[in-house]
Order: sequence, then C-alpha cells, then structure tokens
Amino acid sequence: MPKDHGIGASVKRREDVRFLMGLGNYTDDMAIAGQAHAVFVRSQVAHGRINKIDTADAAAMPGVLAVLTGEDFKDVGGNPTGWLINSRDGTPMREPKRPALAHGKVRHVGDAYAVVIAETYAQAKEAAEAIVADIEELPAIVDMAAAVADPSNRVHEEIPDNLCYDWGWIEDNRAAVDEAIKNAPHVTTLELVNNRLVPNAMEPRASIGEYFPGTGDYKLTTTSQNPHLTRLLIAAFVLGIPENKLTVVAPDVGGGFGSKIYHYGEEAVVLTAAKKLGRAVRWTAERSESFLSDAHGRDHVTRIELACEKDGTFIAFRTETMANVGAYLSNFATVTPTFLHGTLMAGPYKVPNVYVNVKTVFTNTAPVDAYRGAGRPEATYSLERVIDKMCRELGLDPFEVRRKNFITTDMFPYTTPVGLAYDTGDYHATLDKAMAMADVAGFEARRAASAAKGKLRGMGLSTWIEACGIAPSHLVGILGSRVGLYDAATVRVNATGNISVMTGAHSHGQGHETVFAQIVADKLGVPEASVEIVHGDTSKIPFGMGSYGSRSLAVCGSAVTRAIDKIVAKGKKIAAHMLEAAEEDIAFENGSFTVAGTDKAKTFGEIAFSAYVPHNYPLETLEPGLEETAFYDPANFTYPAGAYICEVEVDADTGKVDVVAFHCADDFGNIMNPMVVEGQVHGGVGQGIGQALCENTVYDENGQLLSGSYMDYAMPRADDVPFYNVDYSCQTPCTHNPLGAKGCGEAGAIGSPPAVVNAVIDALQRGGHSHVTHIDMPVSPARVWAAIQG
Amino acid sequence: MTKVTMTVNGRAVSGEVEGRTLLSAFLREGLGLTGTHVGCDTSQCGACVVHVDGQPVKSCTVFASDVEGASVTTIEGMANPDGTLGRVQQAFQDHHGLQCGFCTPGMVMSAAALLAENPKPTEADVRHYLEGNICRCTGYHNIVKAVLAASGQDVSGLAAE
Amino acid sequence: MYAFDFEKPKTVAEAVEALSREDAMALGGGQTLIPSLKQHLAAPSALVSLTGIAEMRGVCTGTDGALCVGGATPHAVVATEAAAKYPALAALAGNIGDPAVRNRGTIGGSLANNDPAADYPAAVLGSGATIVTNTRSIAADDFFEGLFTTALEPGEIIVEVRFPIPQRAAYAKFQQPASRFALTGVFVAKTANGVRVAVTGASENGVFRWSEAEAALSADFSAEAIEGVSVPAEGMVGDLHGTPAYRANLVKVMTQRAVRAA
Repeated sequence: MPKDHGIGASVKRREDVRFLMGLGNYTDDMAIAGQAHAVFVRSQVAHGRINKIDTADAAAMPGVLAVLTGEDFKDVGGNPTGWLINSRDGTPMREPKRPALAHGKVRHVGDAYAVVIAETYAQAKEAAEAIVADIEELPAIVDMAAAVADPSNRVHEEIPDNLCYDWGWIEDNRAAVDEAIKNAPHVTTLELVNNRLVPNAMEPRASIGEYFPGTGDYKLTTTSQNPHLTRLLIAAFVLGIPENKLTVVAPDVGGGFGSKIYHYGEEAVVLTAAKKLGRAVRWTAERSESFLSDAHGRDHVTRIELACEKDGTFIAFRTETMANVGAYLSNFATVTPTFLHGTLMAGPYKVPNVYVNVKTVFTNTAPVDAYRGAGRPEATYSLERVIDKMCRELGLDPFEVRRKNFITTDMFPYTTPVGLAYDTGDYHATLDKAMAMADVAGFEARRAASAAKGKLRGMGLSTWIEACGIAPSHLVGILGSRVGLYDAATVRVNATGNISVMTGAHSHGQGHETVFAQIVADKLGVPEASVEIVHGDTSKIPFGMGSYGSRSLAVCGSAVTRAIDKIVAKGKKIAAHMLEAAEEDIAFENGSFTVAGTDKAKTFGEIAFSAYVPHNYPLETLEPGLEETAFYDPANFTYPAGAYICEVEVDADTGKVDVVAFHCADDFGNIMNPMVVEGQVHGGVGQGIGQALCENTVYDENGQLLSGSYMDYAMPRADDVPFYNVDYSCQTPCTHNPLGAKGCGEAGAIGSPPAVVNAVIDALQRGGHSHVTHIDMPVSPARVWAAIQG
Repeated sequence: MTKVTMTVNGRAVSGEVEGRTLLSAFLREGLGLTGTHVGCDTSQCGACVVHVDGQPVKSCTVFASDVEGASVTTIEGMANPDGTLGRVQQAFQDHHGLQCGFCTPGMVMSAAALLAENPKPTEADVRHYLEGNICRCTGYHNIVKAVLAASGQDVSGLAAE
Repeated sequence: MYAFDFEKPKTVAEAVEALSREDAMALGGGQTLIPSLKQHLAAPSALVSLTGIAEMRGVCTGTDGALCVGGATPHAVVATEAAAKYPALAALAGNIGDPAVRNRGTIGGSLANNDPAADYPAAVLGSGATIVTNTRSIAADDFFEGLFTTALEPGEIIVEVRFPIPQRAAYAKFQQPASRFALTGVFVAKTANGVRVAVTGASENGVFRWSEAEAALSADFSAEAIEGVSVPAEGMVGDLHGTPAYRANLVKVMTQRAVRAA
C-alpha cells in the first residue's frame, strides 16, 4: 500500500477545492470599495526620445482622476538589479536606471511612459488614447551583434557599446582551455540560438495599490512569486516607503515561471497613485500588455566547441554567448546568463577544461530575466546538442559517450572546473532507468512502423544537471549577489493544538499548502488537517525570498523543518517539567512526548495547551508559548539530475514534428509528494517541448514584436504533447539539507529541449537527410521543411 | 445602459449593462462570480469558458446582451447539490489536473461539455476538444488523464505510446 | 471597447433597418469582431446582432438539391446538420477554431470578414456556392475580392449560403501553430462539371482557385495527377510561420491530401 499521508504520500491537494469551485482569490478578483482603474500608456516605437507628453486632453476626459508621466517619478529611485557582475577586466557591469515610468526616452515597444487613472477601466482606456506624445523615433537596436558593433546608437546614452558586461568563467581557465582545444584530436563546433520566450503565466500581471491616511500605511496586492522582495525593493530603492509601513500581499497567483519574481514599475505607480488620490488604484494587464512588458526568458546566441578524443572522451568545452538583456536590467537579469548558466557548463561530466564567455547586451526589446530553469536550460541545450553533434561526426553511440564521461558515484563530492561542488548523484542510474523506460532496443521496430506510415522517426537523448535550491548567502555574496538567499518559516502551535505555518516561499501552482502540511504533520505526528500553511502576506510572515529556482522545498522546506526541530526541543523541555523527568530522557515520536523506559507520556496537544496555559510550567527558565521561527541558509546548491529520452515522428512533406514518446528518469533526492513531483515534471517538459517546437518571440528590425499575442506566439496545446513517462525512483538524497530534497520544479524545462531537437535531427539523419546537422529552436514545421530542402 | 436578464447557475439574475459589456465582465463584476477568468484578449486561452444553454462558449467573446434570457452555467455551478465537488471537478483533484488554478475553470467547463457530447472520449478526442484551452502549468498530462477518468475509463499507467 | 448600442433584431428586415444607421456594424458570432473591438480597431455606433434572426439559422435542402446554410448558423450546427448531406463541409465546419468558438462563430460572419486564413472561404469557393444576401445572389467566384474584402455592399447581410453537392470533396488544413487558423487549407470538390480547388491561408490575396490543379484533377482525380504541378512562391504569404516557398509547398501537399481524403 502506498502511503496515504505524511512525507512521501501522494496526498491530494487541499488548494484544489477552492480553485475547482471557482473560489480562488486572485488579484483581479478583488473589488475594493472606491477603487479607481489605471491604464498604462505604452510606447509604440522601440526607441525614441520623449520631447513632450501633452496630457491636457486626457485629463479633461470624463471620469479621469489623474494622469502621471515619467516626470512624476523622475526624482524617486529606480528599480535595481540584484546581482553585480564584473567583466573579465575587473570593471563592474553597466547599470542604467530603470524608472517606474519611462523618462527622457522610451526604450522598447511597450515601455510605459504615462498612466491614466479613471473611475472606470473604459474611461481610463479611452483617455489613454487622448494623450499626445511627441516621441522622436530613433533607430531601433535589436540585433545583439549590431548593438555591440555600433557605438553611435545607444539604448542608454551612458553605455557606449550597449554592453552590460563581458564576463569570463572561469577566467583563469581560459588559456588552458584554448590550449586543450588547439591540441585536441577532434573538435566539434556548433552555433545555436536559444530562442527568446514569453513566460505566459495564464494569469496576467495585476496590482492594486491602497493607502490608509489614518496610519500612513500602504498595501500592495500583486501577482508576485516573492512579496518580501517586492516590498524590500519598493521600500529601499524605489519609493522610499518605510518597510514597516508597506504590506505586500500576493494572494492566489496564477502561475509565474519566473516572470513574477520581479518588481515591476506598475506596482510603484499604483501605490503612488493610491496615495495621491486617496483611493485604491487597480491595474490588470491585458494579455497584449503582458507580451510587451513581462520579463522574457532565454535569448542567447551561442557558439560552443567540444574538444574530445576520437573515442568521445571529453577534453574541453568552450562557450561564447551573447545574452540579450533587453532595454533595462530586470532584478535577476544579470545573474541568469552568468552564474546560473556558466557554472553549469560542465554538465554531469568529468571534463577537465571548461571556459565560458558571456557578453550581455542591451537592446530595444522587453527586459529578459529568469524563466523556468533560468540559465540552466541554456547550458544544458548547448552541451547536449554539441555532444549529439560530436557523436554523429565521430560515429559514436550517444548513450555510450555519456556513460564514458559521467562523473561516477565514487567521485562525490566533485568540484567542477566551473566552480560548483556537486554533493551527490548517480548519473548512470538515471540513464539506465531512462533507457529501460524508453525500450531503446525496440526503437528500430518502432522506426519501421513509423516509416510504413510515411513518417521519419528519431530518438533523442539529454542527460542534464542543474544547480538549484539557490543559494548559500556567503557564496552568492562573493559572486555579486546583493541579497541573501536563505528562506524563513514560522511554526505557530496554537493553544488548541492546531498549527499555522508561515512560509517565505510562495505557492502559485506548486502545492505548498498541501506539501508543507504533509511535512509538518509527519514530523509532529499530528493530522494534516490541523496544519494550515500561510504564505504570500508580508504582514503575517517573518520574511522570505520567495519561490523560484526550484528552491521552495530545499530552502524554505528546510526552514520549516528547522522550526519544527525547535518546537520539538521546546516541547521536550515542557514535557520534562510536566513528567518530572530529565530533558534528555524525553523522546518525541508519533505526536507523543514520552519518558524513555516508562509509560509516562504527554500528547503534543497537552504540551501545546500547557505552553499557553502555563499553570504547571517551568516559567523561571522557559517562556510560555509555542512558536518558533527559523531562517535557513543552505550550505550548498542542490544538484538534481536526470536522463530524458524523446521520440518524434517527422512528416517530411510538411515539416511537422510530433513528439510521440517522452521518458524522464530524474533524481530529485527525497520526494515529499510523488503526485506533485510528477505534475512539476509534466509541466516543465510541456514548456520545454513548447520551446523546442513552437514558441518564439520575434522582433522585426524596427523592434516591433511580431509574436505579440496567442495568434502568433505558439503556446503548446493539449494536442501538441503526449503523455509523459516519468520516474523519480533513482534517489540520491541531498547531503546538506534536512529533508534530503533537491527540487523538481525546473527539471522538465531544462532537460527536455535538447532531447526533442536531438530526436528531430536523428529522424532526419535516419531518413536520409544527412545534410541536416542542426535546426534552431523552435523546430517549427517551416524550419524543418526548409532544412530538408537544404 | 440596458437591463439584461438571464439564469445563472439556476438562479434568475438581472443587471444593468452597456452594449459593450461582455458576459465575462457581467459575471465577474456584475454578479461577483470571479471563478470565470480572463487570460487573454484574442479569444484563444479559454480560461473564460462557461456554458450558455448547455454549450461551451468563451464568455470574453460574447456580449451579455446577446445572451438575454439564456441559461448560463459557470464553474461556481458545477458542484454537487450537497456542495461537494462535481464529477469532473473531483477527477481534476484526484488526478492533479490543476496547479495554479487559473485556467482550471475553463478547462473544467470545456471538459464537462466534451463529456456531455461524447461520454467515452479517446485520448485524441480529449486533446482535440481542449484545443481552445491553454494551460501553462500541467503540460496537459493530468488534465487529459482527469477527463478520461471522469468518463469512467481506467487511467492507471497512462504514458506516451 | 468604445461604447456602442447593442441591437438584436428578429427579422432580416429589422436588421437591414438597424444597419442603415451611420457606422452601425453587423455582428455574427463575434469571434473575430469582438477581439478587434477590444483593440479599438473599430468604433461602431451600434452593433446589430444577427444571431436572433430565426430565418437565418439552420441547415436545409433547397429545391435544387443544394445544401442551404443560414447566414447566422454557428459552425457547430453545420458540423452536425450538414454531416449526412455534405460531409466535407461538415468536417470543415467541425474543425474551425475550437469547440467554444464553433458554438458562436457563424458562416455569414466568417464570409463577410473574409479573413485570408479562414476555412469557410475555401469551402464556399471550392464548392462553387452561392451567397444569398438580403438583396441578391452572388456567385462565390464573384464574392471574394482579396484580404478582408468582399462584394458585399455596406449594410448588406448574408442571409444564406447555398452549396451544390459535389460528387466527392474534402478539405485538408495545415494549422498555423499559434492561431490554429489555416497556414494553408485546400478544399477540393469533384463535380459533374470538373474539379474545383480552392486554397486559403497561403496567398497574399486571400482565398484563390488553383486552376492548374483543377485542370490536372479534372483529367485525372488522383493525388498523383498533380505531382508535376506547382504553384509559384511569388504571391504567397511570408511571415514568421513560413516563407512563401513553404506555403507554396503546402498548397500542393494539402491538395494531394484533400484529393486522397475525398
């Protein structure tokens, strides 16, 4: 019998009931008495000088309460970036101000330069059209290579070559890597594009600002993955509101995938307007606005070289990447293509020489930041594609080449040439498992069956690793982070014995309300139903760094565990007093405090009651109450890894690719809720297939977004994907956190794109189109057909 | 403003609307039925699907005035009379067919419409029918599984091929 | 959306009257019009919904044997009610958009809009159907006049579409990956008077008849018959979903698939 409760059980999600009943409470669902509506006026040109914004006509329109422009925010702070990156020459990155509303220049289509606040949404929208902006259009900077080459045209005047930084990792490796490649028996080179994606959480961004003049308090209700960070940024950098006068609430949030980590200007604007008007001010993005103004993801142009022996033994990897950061630096834009990408460029392989160079470039496009996987999908795609290409060039078996190069279990802890210390893993085990799941031996028969239907069939492999559970604060501090990356939790045992757990992690699909309750109930021996998880409200929660980077369980879950440990320790003190025993003789198991070797016991509920009604209590040495907070700062990253095998069928006449099988063998360490883990992998793989086959963000040479709606941005639909075959039985628990958990949220999006593309190339090669060695993502029907034509 | 009258989840309702008032806005803002979500402005995402006279429609692409007198069912009307989750809703919970919950109302309404039309759909039927409902969280696996399960079919051990 | 009056007449005559108002616009199912209103691409004074006109809804058989589809008939109804008499048309209607769109979108709305990637124009042109309006009958060959342009006069309403029933017919569509409209769709109909081939989605001028394929197929109704025929890439749409050459290829591939399916 599988477990039906506690750690390791597929407990059904409690949050589902409200979502399924239509009783969720998302930001746009809230109606506040007296609310006014904001509509932002966004640039229609990619690059332009703002000469004059005439708001008089708009201000006179019916229902209009206020019109604000960049001028109103020019003296407040900018939205900062959270990570300082130094260039190879030691100079710090270039860091332009990012105002709440554009001032002086507009820098991408969708850059907001004014806002209209009116009694109704329709009035605000109509008045927004009445704003007359004299914006002198400047040549758009769209192509990264051109941006760097032409110093006369600048996204930011103070940055002459449009370069944020030129980063090398590890710079000391560079000469050795160059030398190794020069002398290698074989070098495979691949130039590739990691396509720009729009995250497309199904709930568009929305924010409601409120101001309470009686107390001077502000409240921001917003679609955020980490309300505390948003509060910190607004308080410390943007508006200067004292942190203790600002509450940020992230209620039910309809997906994030990275795009809702960041503080956006709209949040500062609705707060400012709320104070100015003395009314709640609300804004909800239209999907078209989301396309233009949400932080995008990926967008790398990369050249990777793989040097190896003729038998496929890796000698060196060298990567040169240009990463598009867009028009402004979003909060984590600078770390995503560097420390979340370059440090992964050894993969799960024992390769002695690795060097990565990343040039990050400003362009007149929407800001780019972390999107599910954030840097690690880019690393994995480059590696797994170039390995696949090398195998074809040398006629080697891609499975055997991976095996030959894997770090083996006897080598942990293993320090890579790009600075990470993998604590544990078993890459052979996940590859063996994936091959068994995929019935690799039966492929030829399946290929023949596909051929009989007129389809070309191919199989693709990807063996991936990521660093997540971000991150040890002392380490990231050395590397340039301006924040700590611990997380926090409070476990409050109420007098009646039920429990409220306040978590810094925010759940926007991950199922924390269920899974954290499983952990707490399991460890305290109480029913899950008596545990409530509270998240997303800075007024209720001690602190938190939010949910991203597959960190909720590994970091915040560890904080919860540490807080529980403190509860148990205090409970033992109380029990020792009540049971008249020595504290060290008290054992806690299954919700009961017992005296070792006796039948004397107190239930958890009795101890909780005593803590709040301390009549028989060691008051002289112990405070009443039973509430504990823990901040957990991880000792290392966690390193989930796995092997993915994809099979595709290609229709050579139309170029259409169908993913017909997808197998995932992952090592996530210990598993709390298998059902939720499977769901996370499914979702990640779905997004990865989307990146590989259909999603693409396209700007034309004028910086106009051509893929600005679901009419042109191809979201994967139910009929674009198969059922996925998911396994997580290979478990090497994380060695340094109390749950042994590694994180599973990003895995699917990291491991799947190269598996899909490798499968497509395999299908074409086997189908006689041997000239096709690479197709850039998305591997759309038109691109596949064109590649076949040669 | 004109008056519009309809039946929503079995209850007679009426309200003042403009010509341009969408059914989704009437439900959300007029009636406070915020379970119906709006996820796009091009009639693609399907988060707003409700039933009008038993047929699924995108409520963001229908004027409230155009369904005068109709019977409308929203996600709030899908529970059993005793307040427990209805058959399709329960299947979504049982099979983890939702994560963030935002597309879920539309998914459930479309799934219910499919099963009314086709009580024993194949996997391909389900995937094709849900073409107009976009989910970003689940990769669709558990949604398709939930719909097949709601139809009474065995879904243990479902994977590709 | 800008404000407008909403009207829902019960008869064609009332609708014609309502549409005589300056800047009034007809509303079919609204599946294309409403999104464009949201973008402020139109500012009608009034929207005149045609879906309440009973005489414009439903599918029937005319005295000449033609299949008559009321202009305000939703795609889902055509998918069901035309299935026995004109399965190729029913299949096309049953694969427009998605189920929710099919319950609202109407044939008259689709034809009046003449989106260059819409499905119905291919069926109407491929079948050699007749568009019956409140004032006249228009042959399909005279109806489509390029992107989003038709022979309809302002205020003219598509009351009915009459489809002669071909001996064999089929529609093959290759979907644009994002919108799911036709990247290229080909409707092939074999009639006593020869074969008609109508192509949607591909051309810069909207739906068109591919006369070379019609000639080849009229001589030999088989996919192989057009092996040596091709459309030039010139004049085909090029966009982020495919080059003109790709679309030209799809025209041929989809034509062959339609012939095989017919």
